[in-house]
Amino acid sequence: MIYRQAGQFRTSYAADSRAIPFREDRVALALILIAAYFVIPFTASDYWLSVILVPWLALSLVATGQNILMGYAGQHSLGSAGFMAVGAFACYNLMLRIDGMPFLVALILSGVIAALVGVVFGLPSLRVRGIYLAVATLAAQFFIVWVIDKFGWFTNYDTSGIITTQRMEIFGYRFTTPAEQYLIVLGIVTALTWLADNMARGRTGRNWMAVRDMDVAAEVMGLSLLRTKLQAFAISSFYCGVGGALFAYAFLRSVEPTAFDIYLSFRVMFMAIIGGLATTIGPFLGAAFILLMPVFLNTTFQGLFGAAVDATIISALEQVIFGVAIILFMIFEPLGLARLLQIAQDRLRQWPFKY
Amino acid sequence: MIDTVELLFFLEVLIGGLLAGVMYSLVALGFVLIYKASRVFNFAQGAMVFFAVLSFVGFMELGLPFWAAFLVTVALMILVGMTTERLVLRQLVNQSDQTLLMATIGLAFVFEGMGQLIWGVEVRRLDLGIPDVPLEWVLDSTGMFISALDISAGVVAAVMVTVLAILFSKTKIGLGLRAVADGHAAAMSIGIPLKSIWMIVWATAGVVALVAGMMWGARNGVQFALVWLALKAWPVLIIGGFTSVPGVIVAGLMVGAIEKVAEVYIGPAFGGGIEGWAPYMMAVVFLMFRPEGLFGERMIRRV
Repeated sequence: MIYRQAGQFRTSYAADSRAIPFREDRVALALILIAAYFVIPFTASDYWLSVILVPWLALSLVATGQNILMGYAGQHSLGSAGFMAVGAFACYNLMLRIDGMPFLVALILSGVIAALVGVVFGLPSLRVRGIYLAVATLAAQFFIVWVIDKFGWFTNYDTSGIITTQRMEIFGYRFTTPAEQYLIVLGIVTALTWLADNMARGRTGRNWMAVRDMDVAAEVMGLSLLRTKLQAFAISSFYCGVGGALFAYAFLRSVEPTAFDIYLSFRVMFMAIIGGLATTIGPFLGAAFILLMPVFLNTTFQGLFGAAVDATIISALEQVIFGVAIILFMIFEPLGLARLLQIAQDRLRQWPFKY
Repeated sequence: MIDTVELLFFLEVLIGGLLAGVMYSLVALGFVLIYKASRVFNFAQGAMVFFAVLSFVGFMELGLPFWAAFLVTVALMILVGMTTERLVLRQLVNQSDQTLLMATIGLAFVFEGMGQLIWGVEVRRLDLGIPDVPLEWVLDSTGMFISALDISAGVVAAVMVTVLAILFSKTKIGLGLRAVADGHAAAMSIGIPLKSIWMIVWATAGVVALVAGMMWGARNGVQFALVWLALKAWPVLIIGGFTSVPGVIVAGLMVGAIEKVAEVYIGPAFGGGIEGWAPYMMAVVFLMFRPEGLFGERMIRRV
């Protein structure tokens, strides 16, 4: 009834290629953004802001990076946590070693550094694909964390190897309360997501998808594989780096290199795939699912058993359920949450009177 | 002139590495079996190793004698392998690579959780009756420390590989398996029962996991860290080629040897710990020159 797309004609090329073609969807997005910027910061509790929403946004950004590489360019990668570590520690060192470094500039530079590292570790993609490439990117994961852990310079020779992030300060204003930190993360994530969506819809994204669907064919058609693949690695790593820096600065605050372990990489991959590859909204849905499911299971079991059952048993049970959920997802909806959303939209379009 | 003592020390490191490599090969074998038959990259192999040996120790603790516990665990792993194939992998036929990888990662979580749920989380010791001490006659004659357990692992691996090689090349099942590896549709069209071949493969992989787990468990204790083995087996697979049994054996030896030698001779310059990533770097360098692995099939792609 409300969700009708009949009568919305595309009468120009510009109208035909706009990001969100239907009015209802644009209104929905506008409402979500208004809520995110003007309602949530004032109504959500500090716990929700700093423990759920901020890591959700930061990891969504990382998952967006993973999605660019895996979903659009078709290159499997298990190194995202490594690139996150590059971003976080690059940001820390830039802020530490250069006087008067503005936070935003440091953030962007740390993304650029992560992109450069990503290009280096993306080189094997020119020779191998699929699972082979995933294993090759594991080298990035282990090597980067080892380097940051082993060489004291990166952690400013802290004896415990843990860094404490500096304050986030933009134009002399310090972002200290959870609501302010949420807003700064939200702003950066919105901007970068908008950018990613436009890249994916434009020529860049078409090139990636051509390489994903059949790289030999893409090369025959005149695409440079070297350029396209490394570009995907660079941009993906940029997102991972910025996301990692935000994750460290707005959420973790005291960061040790081993926080960026392989399990984080797996979780990021889960987010991208469960959310729905090659969609813009997918990484956000996936990140919410992966972050909230353990919280949900934990509260449920605490409520069910309380202190009667050993905590280790509960955590093992949670692990089993998590695994089963992932398997069920892969069996019944391998295209992810974004696909479920699309099905819901299609249903809504005909509601309540089916043809 | 190289000092004899130095040379012997190098040999000791090398042999230690080679024997550690045998254990990697044992884990990697399970991967190859499944990948060959179904093109599934079974991330859960490491978790299966953990689950198998945890169950074995669990049955021993229940009072079963060694052989009974071994047989019961073999039966259990065959059952687990077949159930997994039936309930999970068969539902995912013809899905994309990343879907399969994700599903097997989910499977790994299930195995890890189940193992801990059934048998508890504490680290256990596994006594195979083979002491993890240097062989005296080697120590006396050359001064090298070489563990009896490592040698036994080498022998066990050799036996396993021989048995598997015979299974592949001489039996009807092996013939069917090789046909399936060449092409599912073609194998089905000439009447090879695809589903039972897959079940057999998963059951075999479960048994291989048990043997690998027993060797590792005797060395490091039966604990969660065994899961990480799966990750070490990946570079072995890359270097060996995903579809080659001899390949992963040679690659396992290479990775084990180079990793140990690098750790002992180059490691101190960086403060140690290079074991953690050296195999992966090796794999990356290797991929640059030979993407299909040592004995893997060269992939030809056409438009």
